[in-house]
Amino acid sequence: MTEERSGEEQSIEMELGEAAVIKLPRSTSLERAGGGLLVSLRPYYEGVIHFTLFLCASISVLVTVGIVVVLLYESIQFFFDVSIIEFLTGTRWTPLLKPQHFGILPLMCGTMLVAGGSAIVAVPIGLGTAIYLSEYASPRFRDIVKPMLEILAGIPSVVYGYLAVVFVSPIIRYVFPSAGVFNAASACIVVGIMILPMIISLSEDILQSVPLSLRGAAFALGANKFEVTVRVVVPAALSGIIASFLLAISRAIGETMAVTLAAGATPKLTLNPLESIQTMTAYIVQVSQGDTPAGTVEYRTIFAVGLTLFLTTMTMNVIAQYILSRVGERYE
Amino acid sequence: MASTPSVKKIMQPSDKATSGYSKAPMVRPSIPEGKGMRTADELAQATEKISVRDMSFYYSENRALTDISLSIPECCVTAFIGPSGCGKSTFLRCFNRMNDMIEGTRVEGEILLEGQDIYSSRTDIVTLRKRIGMVFQKSTPFPKSIFDNVSFGPKIAGIRKKKELYEIVERSLQRSALWDEVKDRLSESALNLSGGQQHRLCIARALANDPDILLMDEPASALDPASTARIEDLIFELKEQYTIVIVTHNMQQAARVSDQAAFFYQGLLVESGATEELFTNPKKQQTEDYITGRFG
Ligand SMILES: Nc1ncnc2c1ncn2[C@@H]1O[C@H](COP(=O)(O)OP(=O)(O)OP(=O)(O)O)[C@@H](O)[C@H]1O
Ligand SMILES: [Mg+2]
Repeated sequence: MTEERSGEEQSIEMELGEAAVIKLPRSTSLERAGGGLLVSLRPYYEGVIHFTLFLCASISVLVTVGIVVVLLYESIQFFFDVSIIEFLTGTRWTPLLKPQHFGILPLMCGTMLVAGGSAIVAVPIGLGTAIYLSEYASPRFRDIVKPMLEILAGIPSVVYGYLAVVFVSPIIRYVFPSAGVFNAASACIVVGIMILPMIISLSEDILQSVPLSLRGAAFALGANKFEVTVRVVVPAALSGIIASFLLAISRAIGETMAVTLAAGATPKLTLNPLESIQTMTAYIVQVSQGDTPAGTVEYRTIFAVGLTLFLTTMTMNVIAQYILSRVGERYE
Repeated sequence: MASTPSVKKIMQPSDKATSGYSKAPMVRPSIPEGKGMRTADELAQATEKISVRDMSFYYSENRALTDISLSIPECCVTAFIGPSGCGKSTFLRCFNRMNDMIEGTRVEGEILLEGQDIYSSRTDIVTLRKRIGMVFQKSTPFPKSIFDNVSFGPKIAGIRKKKELYEIVERSLQRSALWDEVKDRLSESALNLSGGQQHRLCIARALANDPDILLMDEPASALDPASTARIEDLIFELKEQYTIVIVTHNMQQAARVSDQAAFFYQGLLVESGATEELFTNPKKQQTEDYITGRFG
């Protein structure tokens, strides 16, 4: 009888793990009956679980480290052939044509043009929408709009690229006949729309986190809704809102498919959005798809460009996370 | 305390409340400056500032206040007392219509401010709230500088001149007994102030709007004895110019600072009257039990 019970308890112990172990010691009779078995098996199961979870965690760490190491290794190889000065200051980027030039500025410029342009599109609309949803909209309207934003966020970026080419670009060319079929402006517009849901949902969360009591205090001083929003709620949420912009812009910098399709493949040091340009991401696509032989300087350019891209977005993300982490501390 | 009618004029030169000061039979002249509790006779003589008539208040279907009738005299301190959840804060928020922010609330009966129903559709809520200032139980400084906190109301009222704003800020902070502590760091964030200082800042912020009436919800519940004493002194001084309504759980405090007291229980106004009388000679058994600490 005692043996049977202890066997039962043991299987329960196996299923419940920690929780059961914590409860068991309270019952002294049980401890006497099955305690020996429990103690002997516990380290084994916990060890297995511990190890499995550790493996999961290490995979992501290893992959990250691996990517960075490969990026660095290949980039260093690249910089044996091309001086880092030329890379950072040269104004022409023609690694695939003779004469070769390895100045990353045109790609950088293209990336910044698209990031900046999409920010110009997305920031005002996104902030306006976030403020409307957080401060003015009825709960019902909010319940309709928020799922729509999720859908918008779920549209694959290649669809946006396609829309840019067949829909946005013709409109731009109609308005500005000088624009090319591929132009930065159409990329800016679709990437702007792509990052919109991110700006809206992050900013809205931050606006919502401004305590109701602050709004109440402002209302009690005779402020109207608009004044409360503009003078109290938005300033209180400002750093968080800026962080959400940075995250969104960093996303725009990393965006690949839409800009590859929409903006063309002409690395150019220009700020004219009607021209065809090339971004860092689009260049990497171009080389990865082509038949550039691995191990050549041409091939290694993509690692140098990739490293630059990685550092740019990482810096922006770190700044944004730092700002966001400080927002929470303020209302404690 | 020097009474300064000119102070009032700066912000609301043509406000009828200001002109009312010279005409209305006032309590103030009979009171030694900054001292003394109004007697029952003086209370009876005082002008009625707010009159509540058969007012009931509902949160959706729940009635939180039932058939309240109360008169709040000008330039006196009225204290609301009663056990937790009896509706004191709810009642206080009715005066400046802060309950409008809560969905599904409803008011029956009327609250008259100088004879005008504040719940009529013609009432301008913004003007109403400028005349009836409120200090919340929990201090709520804006995450802005001390100066910007205090000048928030005047700025919204359209005052732009830096010098004028500075004068208002200085005066308000002096009245709330905070000026000496912060005069050298007006541009610092208000969030760096201590809890008691933040509370006095919120009082200054309400005073900067130059209201006629000041509503204070448990103005000293989160403060140490020294700060509490300062706030009580402050209430004493302020009542020479402002009509003050406070909510408090502290019987001694109610007895010390108020001229009139109203005891609430479960949404009903059980008893109200001159503080002296209510505390020394309550008419209702419930009131007596509550103030002597036998329940609540
Ligand atoms: N926003 C609200 N929605 C619904 N019911 C509310 C709301 N606020 C308060 N109540 C209810 O109204 C009643 C009165 O609350 P109120 O806050 O006025 O009490 P109080 O007398 O101020 O209590 P305390 O002394 O604890 O502050 C309570 O029963 C409370 O549950
Ligand atoms: Mg309360």
